[in-house]
Amino acid sequence: MKDDDKSTNESRRNLITRLLQEPPSPENDSLLNETIGDRLAQMGVSRRGFMQFCAGMASMMAIPAAMVPRMAAAALAAKPSVIYMSFQECTGCLESLVNSSIQSSANSTTIENLILNLVSLDYQETLMTSAGHEAETIRDEIMAANNGSFVLIVDGSIPKDPTNGYFISGGKSGVTRFVEAANQAGLILAVGTCAAFGGLPNADPNPTGAVSIGELMASKGINKPLINISGCPPIAEVITGVIMYYLTYGAAPALDSLKRPRVFYGEDIHDECYRKDYFEKGLFANTFDDAGARQGYCLLKLGCKGPISNNACSEVKWNARTSFPMKSGHGCMGCSQPYFWDGGVTTAKANPVPFWKNGPYKSPSFYSPLPASLVDD
Amino acid sequence: MTTNVVIDPVTRIEGHLRIQAAVTEKTDSLGATYYEVTEPGLSSSTMVRGIEQIMTGRDPRDTWAFAQRICGVCTVVHGLTSIRAVEQALNLRVPKNAELVRNMMIGSQYVHDHVMHFYHLHALDWVDVASALTADPAKTAALAVGANPNNKPWVGTTTTTPTAYFQKQIANLVDATRSKTQLGLFNSSYWGHPAYKLTPEQNLLLVTHYLEALAWAREVVKLHAIFGGRDPHPNLLVGGVPITLSVGTEGGTALNTSGFNIVKTAITKMKTFVDNVYLPDTLLLAGLNKGAPNYATLPKYTDWVDYGASGLTDASGNFLGGNFLCYGEFANVSKTVDESIVTSLTNDNMLIPHGVIQGLSKTATSAARTVFNVLKDTQSVTENVTHAWYTYSGTSENLHPSVGQTNLSYTGPAADTPDYQDKFFASDKYSWIKSPRWQANGTSQPKPMEVGPLAHILMMYARNKLPGDKTVVSLVNANWISPTTGLGLPLGKLNSTFGRIFSRTLETKIIADAMQGWYDALYANKSAPYSDPNAFKLLAAANTWTADKLGVGFTEAPRGALGHWVKIGKSSVAGDTQAKVKHYQCIVASQWNAGPRDGLGQAGPYETSLKGHKLADPDRPVEILRTIHSFDPCIGCAVHIVDSNGKPLVQVSLNHS
Repeated sequence: MKDDDKSTNESRRNLITRLLQEPPSPENDSLLNETIGDRLAQMGVSRRGFMQFCAGMASMMAIPAAMVPRMAAAALAAKPSVIYMSFQECTGCLESLVNSSIQSSANSTTIENLILNLVSLDYQETLMTSAGHEAETIRDEIMAANNGSFVLIVDGSIPKDPTNGYFISGGKSGVTRFVEAANQAGLILAVGTCAAFGGLPNADPNPTGAVSIGELMASKGINKPLINISGCPPIAEVITGVIMYYLTYGAAPALDSLKRPRVFYGEDIHDECYRKDYFEKGLFANTFDDAGARQGYCLLKLGCKGPISNNACSEVKWNARTSFPMKSGHGCMGCSQPYFWDGGVTTAKANPVPFWKNGPYKSPSFYSPLPASLVDD
Repeated sequence: MTTNVVIDPVTRIEGHLRIQAAVTEKTDSLGATYYEVTEPGLSSSTMVRGIEQIMTGRDPRDTWAFAQRICGVCTVVHGLTSIRAVEQALNLRVPKNAELVRNMMIGSQYVHDHVMHFYHLHALDWVDVASALTADPAKTAALAVGANPNNKPWVGTTTTTPTAYFQKQIANLVDATRSKTQLGLFNSSYWGHPAYKLTPEQNLLLVTHYLEALAWAREVVKLHAIFGGRDPHPNLLVGGVPITLSVGTEGGTALNTSGFNIVKTAITKMKTFVDNVYLPDTLLLAGLNKGAPNYATLPKYTDWVDYGASGLTDASGNFLGGNFLCYGEFANVSKTVDESIVTSLTNDNMLIPHGVIQGLSKTATSAARTVFNVLKDTQSVTENVTHAWYTYSGTSENLHPSVGQTNLSYTGPAADTPDYQDKFFASDKYSWIKSPRWQANGTSQPKPMEVGPLAHILMMYARNKLPGDKTVVSLVNANWISPTTGLGLPLGKLNSTFGRIFSRTLETKIIADAMQGWYDALYANKSAPYSDPNAFKLLAAANTWTADKLGVGFTEAPRGALGHWVKIGKSSVAGDTQAKVKHYQCIVASQWNAGPRDGLGQAGPYETSLKGHKLADPDRPVEILRTIHSFDPCIGCAVHIVDSNGKPLVQVSLNHS
C-alpha cells in the first residue's frame, strides 16, 4: 500500500503529511527520510544540498538537529498558499526576499525549482503574470479557497483613513484591501519596518497618516497571529526562516514584545559584531577612512546603533553571508527598530517613543554617536 | 463604439499604477473584429507617501537614506543623487576611488535591473508559459545549443545533457502546476492569446532563462554587499563611500583579498550572462539570432517596431516626433584618467551623454543632440500639476524644482465605491504623478520628454565620440539599420515598444563591458582615499554660513534622468551647529514617462505611446501591457513628493563649475 502511495507525486505528499501528524518514532523518521529523498529526487534537487539548507536554517533558529528531517519533510509537504500584498512600500523588501540564498552544492537552477515548489506564491504584484481585474479575481478566489489557512505577507504601511486617496489600488483603499485579506488569512507576516512599525511613511510629520499593520489590525479588531519581520529591508534568510519555522511547527516562533521572532531579533547587533573586540579594547574609527577604519575598529563614534538594535545582521549577514553594514565600513542605522527614522532607537526598546517628540531636533542624525548611557559592555 | 479598457493594478512593475485606454471596435479586411486605441491613454499613480516633506528639517548627512527608500529597486541611484546634491551644495569633490566605487555600484544596478526587467517583469508579455509545457526537450536543446552556445547550465548537474536538462525543466513546471490546481505566479488567462507567437521550444528556453536569471541576480548583488554592506539599500556616504580598504591581520573590512575577488567574480558573471543569455535572447525575439536552427523562419516580435512610439501629434493626427532627455552618467575615470562626475559633464565625457533630442521622426536616419546641463539649469526643467492631485498657490504656471511647491489635494473618485473605475477623465486631475516638462531656454513650449534606455542609446548614437558610442553605433547599424545583417529599419523606429527592448539590452552590454575597467582602476589605486572627512566638518559648521546653499544632484538612472534639488542651511535651534535641510524636491525618471497631461493638454510618453494599439481581446489587453512594460515603470519613484510647506523658495543662482 505504501508502494502505491509512492507511485505518484501527490500521494508522496500525502504520506509526508500523514507521517508529520503522527508522533515521532524511529520507524516514522526513517520512512520520512526515505520519502524526502524520493521527493527531492523526483524534483531533481540534491538531497544533501537541501538537508544542508534545512540544517542551516535549523541552526540559525536554534531548532534541535533531530527536527531537521521533519523540517525538510514539512517544507516539502506543505506548499501553503501565500498572498503577498504591497501598500506604501518601495519594493525593497521583495528585492531582499528574491535574494534569499537557499544554499546548495548542486547547480543553482535546481534551487529556483525548489522555490517554485516550496510555497505557492499566488499573488505578488511585482512578479505575477496576470494584471488588473483578473489579478484581483485570482486573489479573491485563492483567499476564498484557502480561507483561514493562507499566509498573508504584507509590506508597506497603510494610510489609516481609507477616504484620503493616498493609497488606492483596484478601486479599493489600502484599509479595505488589507482588512478583506486579513480576515481570511491564517497567519500574517508584516515584512519590513514600514509594515511592522510604520517605517518611512510614518516618519515625522507622517504626511499621509500611515500606520503599521499591527496598529491597523488593533483598530479593526482583527485577531490573527501576526509576526513582525522588521528591517529596512529585512534579511532574506530571516523571512525565509520564519516561513520554514511555521511550516515545521505549524505555529509562530517565540516572539519578543514587538512581535518579532526572538531567534532572529533576540540579540543586539553589537553583541555578535566582529568589531566588538576592538570596542572592548577601546579602539574606534574616528572618520570613515582613517587608519582605524581600515583596521576594522569599532564604528560607535561614527554613529553605529548596533548596541540598541536587535537583528541578525552580524550573525546571518547579507547576500549569502557576503558582508553586512559594519563589515563594509558603515555603522548600523537601527533599521529594524520602531521609529528609527526619527531616532526612536535611542529610547526604550519595548515601548519606543519617537525621540523628536521630546527633543529640540526633528531627529538626531544617523551619524550622531549614541549617548554613553545606552552603550553597555 | 468606444469603451474604456482599464488595467488596475498594472502588475510586474514597481509601485501602483492604473492605465486606462479608450478603444473602438473595428473590423479588419478579413472581417475579424479588433479594438483600436484611438487616443492617448490615461496614466495614473494611485499611491503617495510624501518623502520630501519627511526629509525637510533633517541632517543633510542623512538625506541619502531617506531618498534611497523612494525605491528599493532603484536603490543606489536615489541615495547617490541625494548625496551628489549635498556635495554639490558644498562644492565638494570626492576622491577617485569613491567615483570608481560609485560607477561600479550604479553600473551593477543597471545590469541587475535590466536583466531582471527583461526576464521577470517583461518576458511574460511575450513568452507563453503554458506553451512551454508542451515543448520537445530535444528540439529545445538544439535551439539552446545553437542560440546560446556559451550558456551551459546543465554542466555539473545531475542532468548531464541539454535534452535531459530541458526534460527536467518541463517536469519541474509540470510538478509546480500539478501539485495545486494553479500555477501560482504563472496563473493567467492570457496564455494562448493570439498575440503570443513563439514556438513551445522558444517559450521553454526563455522560461528556463527566467529561472536562471533569478539565481544569477543573487550572485551579482554581492558587489553591492561588499561596497555597501547589503543589497538592497546598500550604505552610501556624503563625501565618498563608507567602504575602505582592509588592512591588518584580523578584522578589517569587506574590501580585502576575498572581497576584491567577490566583486571581480560578480562583474564577470554580469558580462557572461549579458553576452551569453540576455543579448542572444533579445536577438532571438528579433529573428536575428543566427545560431538558432532555421533562425530566419522562427517566430519573432519585430512587428512591435510599429507600436509604442512616444510623442505628440498635431490637430490632424500627424506625428510630431519623439523628444528625449538625458542628464548623463558615469564619471570618466580609469587607471589613467581621473575626472569627477561634474568634470566629465563639463567635458562631455560621461559614458551616457547628457542632452536633448527633439522631434525625432519615425523615418529619421540620424538624431541631432543638443547638450543640456541640468546643473546649470534654472528654467528648462519644470513641473505642471493641472492634471495631478496637487495645487500650486498663487500660480498655475509650470515651476522649476528649485522654486517648486507641492500641496496634496486628492480630488479623484472615492475609493471603495462601485463606480470608481468609471470616473477617470482626461479633463480632470487623475494621478499622484506631476507632469515634468522641458523647454529650450525657457522660451519655447514646454514639452513632455521620454527618458530611459531608448534616450540613452539615441544620445550615444548621436554623439559618436567615445568608445562606448562607437560600439552603440556599430551594434545599431548591424542589427537595426542594415537590411542585410539587421532589420533594415530607420533609426527613428527605435522609438517603439521593440526599440525600447533593443535599446535596454544594448546599453546593458555597454555598461557590463565597462565594469572591468573601473574594477582594474580601483584595484591599482586601492590604497588611496575613499572619502573626504571634510564633508562632515563643513556640515557641522553650518552656524557660520552666511546664506543657505542650493545643490543639484543628478544621475542617469537605469530608467532615465533623475534629479534632486536640495537647499541646506543653518539650524533654527540655538546651539545646533549642524546643517539642516530647508527644501527638497525630486524629479525622477518614471515621472517623465508616466506623468499625466499638462496644462496645454499634452499627454505624457506612456499615454501617447498607446495610441494606435490594436487589441485582439479587450478583456486580455496584453498589447497594452507590452508597451507600458517596455518603459519599465517604477511608480514608487515617480510619486515621492510632498513639499515642506508649499511656500515658493527664493530663487538662488546655482553655483558650480
